[in-house]
Amino acid sequence: MSGILVLAEHEGGKFRKGAYELLGKAKELAATLGTSVSAVVLGDAPCTELGAFGAAKVYQVEADFSQYNTLQIVRALHAAVQAADPDVLLISGNYIGKDAAPRLVARLGTGQGSDCTELRVEGGAVVGRRPMYAGKLLADVKISKRPAVFTLRPNSFPQPTPAAGGAEVVKIALAADASDGRVTLVERITSQVKTANLTEAERIVAGGRALKSLEGFDTVIRPLAASIGAAAGATRAASDAGYTSHDEQIGQTGKIVNPQLYIAAGISGAIQHLAGMRTSKVIVAINKDPDAPIFEFATYGIVGDLFEVCPLLQKEFEALAKAG
Amino acid sequence: MKVGVCIKSTPDADTRLKVAAGATGIETAGIKWVISDYEKGALEVGVSLKEKLGGECVLYSVGSGDTEKNLRDGLALGGDRAVMVDDAATKGTDALGIAKALAAAIKLDGLDIVLCGRQATDDENSQVPAMVAELLGWPHISFVGAFAIDGTDFVASRNMGGATEKVRGALPVVVTTEDTIATPRYVKLPEIMKAKSKKLEKKNLAALGLSAEAIAPAATFSAYSPPPSRPAGRKLAGDAAAQAKELVRLLREEAKVI
Ligand SMILES: Cc1cc2nc3c(=O)[nH]c(=O)nc-3n(C[C@H](O)[C@H](O)[C@H](O)COP(=O)(O)OP(=O)(O)OC[C@H]3O[C@@H](n4cnc5c(N)ncnc54)[C@H](O)[C@@H]3O)c2cc1C
Ligand SMILES: Nc1ncnc2c1ncn2[C@@H]1O[C@H](COP(=O)(O)O)[C@@H](O)[C@H]1O
Repeated sequence: MSGILVLAEHEGGKFRKGAYELLGKAKELAATLGTSVSAVVLGDAPCTELGAFGAAKVYQVEADFSQYNTLQIVRALHAAVQAADPDVLLISGNYIGKDAAPRLVARLGTGQGSDCTELRVEGGAVVGRRPMYAGKLLADVKISKRPAVFTLRPNSFPQPTPAAGGAEVVKIALAADASDGRVTLVERITSQVKTANLTEAERIVAGGRALKSLEGFDTVIRPLAASIGAAAGATRAASDAGYTSHDEQIGQTGKIVNPQLYIAAGISGAIQHLAGMRTSKVIVAINKDPDAPIFEFATYGIVGDLFEVCPLLQKEFEALAKAG
Repeated sequence: MKVGVCIKSTPDADTRLKVAAGATGIETAGIKWVISDYEKGALEVGVSLKEKLGGECVLYSVGSGDTEKNLRDGLALGGDRAVMVDDAATKGTDALGIAKALAAAIKLDGLDIVLCGRQATDDENSQVPAMVAELLGWPHISFVGAFAIDGTDFVASRNMGGATEKVRGALPVVVTTEDTIATPRYVKLPEIMKAKSKKLEKKNLAALGLSAEAIAPAATFSAYSPPPSRPAGRKLAGDAAAQAKELVRLLREEAKVI
């Protein structure tokens, strides 16, 4: 067999946005390659629905996946790869793509391109393009063995529109394996912040250390964000200091965002912060230091005190909203 | 407790990088090679575990950058000895090839814990540690922000994006660390002196039972380039009120994002 296999992740039976994103891209690549798309689903989810997004076959691995278990996930994906025997395997570059995918790749003895932001067909094979060195460089990655595994940076591709069509569901029974139990869950703490709000936001207003306090953040950044329907984000310095939750942190170890508009207030522009937002379409920097590195990346820069500029800006935005 | 820490020698984060001729990598001249912050966190955890529980903290690195200097730096930060995989054939290998070399070296030493960074700051693959674990047949825990030993078990908190999970299991284990897991200690001059006489073993692939073919890469990189340059930005003029007004006009009429 051949074709492109996509891991369609779901949460409690509802497919994640990333699942559709990967299927959309897979369909496009498969059309160029003249091959087919299939999906792998772990546990209970409405598999046939994926047909509308181009999956001809869905390999449904039947087992209890209600708790995240790396070893079990790797076994499940391995079983699906053996059944589908794909040329290419696409996995979202979120936790599963960083934690389980490379282990699967080692088991298969193949290679992986991590966190790709582009995929294209060249010489009959899929080639990935991806940021490296905190986004300072981009490079192509090619995989010479089968299946070629690519993990994709979330929100790199548009959501596809569904078409008519169902999918054939192939069930794979995953036998229990005691060795999965070598790691057990003690406690799970889910975050209060809906992370999707930030990673999928079209507009973001982010604040840094300069906000000085939780109150500063709540009275300057959040209302400014609200005035243009933007999500609020922060630097690590701000979240470490407790001005925001860590789930609002943007950067190399935080969220990677890609909005139309990114307003950075009191943010110096450290390389690790830039790694998370440098692809934003329009970047506005508000900083009282004219030499702050963020200005090198800003479309528009305001040299000034954010405590003075932000409320004025908010007033202008609100006036604009009123004017319709 | 025998703890291993895998260290990769990578360019300092603030380095301005240039693409080398042929675009298959970076210009390495003039680069300051460092232990990245992720691995520094891992090293601090490894050293403090060993200080608390006894045993040994061994550093591993597969040649890249200035590996020997960075291993010496790691020894000054509390590592007991170091193993350097030094073989020209590792140059063009991929994550799985690196993992094979590391796993082979680790196997020879019989460790209880292997600590790695969550990602190397150059390739940002987040691949090698999980591959090492697979090759050793150990479980692995990714993106760990807190780690402790409880009897013969480990307890780790992993950051999964949207949730944090505390998990437990029996040793051995491979762990990848967030840089926030521990604050690296300051290097003291006497430690730098001491590090010079600590054991740093160089091993080639044959000594690890591997060959160049065994680590031939499946993943190859090419066409390195800087990201598309951003159109030149501009700083606005006038007092704060005028700048705010002008910004809103530009966002609306020029950039068309509001
Ligand atoms: C391994 C590693 C991973 C990291 N990951 C991340 C990450 O994911 N995300 C992240 O953000 N950081 C990350 N960091 C931290 C990063 O290196 C910087 O320390 C951090 O981004 C700085 O945050 P900041 O810009 O808020 O603070 P600072 O660098 O202190 O900058 C504050 C800025 O505010 C300006 N300012 C002060 N007062 C005012 C005022 N009244 N009005 C206007 N401007 C003012 C100053 O001129 C300055 O430019 C990481 C670091 C490491 C080592
Ligand atoms: N060449 C290497 N030598 C030693 N350790 C490495 C090497 N490459 C990667 N690692 C370890 O694996 C982690 C993740 O690297 P990577 O998979 O390249 O992102 C790093 O933080 C290191 O701990």
